[in-house]
Amino acid sequence: MTVRVQQEAFDLGAELEAHAQPTAGAVVSFLGTVRDYSDAADILAMEIEHYPGMTERELERVAQEAQRRYDILDSLIIHRYGRLTPQDPIVLVAVWSLHRAAAFDACRYLIDVLKTSAPFWKKEITPAGARWVTDCPGCRAGTQHGHVHPDVLEEC
Amino acid sequence: MISVKFFASVRERLGQASIDLELQAGSTVAEVLAQVEGIAGVSLAGQHLLAARNQVHVPFTESVADGDEIAFFPPVTGG
Repeated sequence: MTVRVQQEAFDLGAELEAHAQPTAGAVVSFLGTVRDYSDAADILAMEIEHYPGMTERELERVAQEAQRRYDILDSLIIHRYGRLTPQDPIVLVAVWSLHRAAAFDACRYLIDVLKTSAPFWKKEITPAGARWVTDCPGCRAGTQHGHVHPDVLEEC
Repeated sequence: MISVKFFASVRERLGQASIDLELQAGSTVAEVLAQVEGIAGVSLAGQHLLAARNQVHVPFTESVADGDEIAFFPPVTGG
C-alpha cells in the first residue's frame, strides 16, 4: 500500500513497473487528467490546493479500507497538487490482485471514495479569471461523513 | 489553545490561512466556527462547509478539546 502526494509529474508505466507484484494476475489502473473545458469555459490551467498531513492520512485510510473490503494484493495512490495544465495527469490509482474482478472493484472504490473525502480543492484558471470548482461530490454521492450547509443546518 | 486552519475558498474569504483561539469550555466545532466568524468579522452563512478535527472529518456537533487542530473548508474536489 503506497500513498504519495506530490507536485511532480509521474509516469504511469514506470509506477506500475516499480510496484509490480510477482503473484498478481491483474493490475487495474485509473489515471485522472486535467480537462480543457468546464461549464462552457476554456481551462488554461488548474491549481490544486490540499491540506498537508490530512491528505496523506485520508488517502491511507481509504487505501486500508479497500484492502479490508476487497481481495487485493496491493494498491498505489498518487495525487498531485500545484499548477497543472490540460492533459496533465492529476491522479493515479492502481490495484494489484490475483484475479481481475477484485482489482476492478477496488480501483473504482478507491477513486470514488477519494473524490468525496481527500482534502484537495481545484481552482480553474479560465480566460475570464479564476474560480473554485464548487461541485459537491459528497452531496451527489449522498455519502458518509455528514457535512453541513450552515444556511440550511441540515446534514447532507 | 486550539489551532484553526482554513483552506481554499474559506481561506480566501477569511483572508487568512489559520488562527489560534482560546478554547471555550465545552465547545463544539460549530461554536469554534462562530468564534472565528466573530473574530474575522466575516459571516460564512450560506457557504457549504466541511470540518476536520485533528485531520479527520467530523460533523459540526463534534466536541473540541484543548490542543486540537480544527479545520474548515469547502467540499473537496480532488481526483
